[in-house]
Amino acid sequence: MINVLFFASYREKLDCEKLQLGSGEYPKTLSELREQLSKKGDDWCEVLNDSRTLVALNQTMTRKDFELNEGDEVAFFPPVTGG
Amino acid sequence: MISIQHEDFDPGLEQAKLSGNTGTGAVVAFTGLVRDENLGDDVGGLYLEHYPGMTEKALQDIIDEAATRWPLQAIKVIHRVGQLFPGDRIVYVGVASAHRKAAFEICEFVMDYLKTRAPFWKRETTAEGERWVDAREADQSAAERW
Repeated sequence: MINVLFFASYREKLDCEKLQLGSGEYPKTLSELREQLSKKGDDWCEVLNDSRTLVALNQTMTRKDFELNEGDEVAFFPPVTGG
Repeated sequence: MISIQHEDFDPGLEQAKLSGNTGTGAVVAFTGLVRDENLGDDVGGLYLEHYPGMTEKALQDIIDEAATRWPLQAIKVIHRVGQLFPGDRIVYVGVASAHRKAAFEICEFVMDYLKTRAPFWKRETTAEGERWVDAREADQSAAERW
């Protein structure tokens, strides 16, 4: 199983804080996950393909594609605005 | 060293804690406050959301990076989350080093990196309702100069 998290405006837009995908339900890579989730609707497609969208794998931000492994936590969120 | 908290903090107390080492020649501190105005609109309040777990990790990475670049003796980073109002303290970065130049630079570096790498998001309340604050290009440029 992997956990997919959404934060801030994305969580509100998709009305989804967390998705759990069991083994067999999630694809091999981040780019495939983006494609898979984009099919859930226009809002999903917009969020997942926005060039400003940030991605974290197991709580570390990354700009590269990566392989998905059991137990991974993948988060999608808008540019950060703390401080 | 890092604290993500709902409650307020006392910058004076934090300053005193950072001043305890006789090898320290400079303590530089930054306190960020909630303003009552943004983009020409009155702001009645600010809600701070974060990504528990990643936030602490991201801040630790920023501190570790600072420690490789400057002679850092001690540091405290506090960031508040939850509902805040104009005038409230929101963030504190206090740095102790042997000399002032390093202390000033570390403080600025940590704030610049925090603003672009730590997973916090602000939602502000205006007369028109609530809105998520957009990231500023200037913050990105400020972080890139390091």
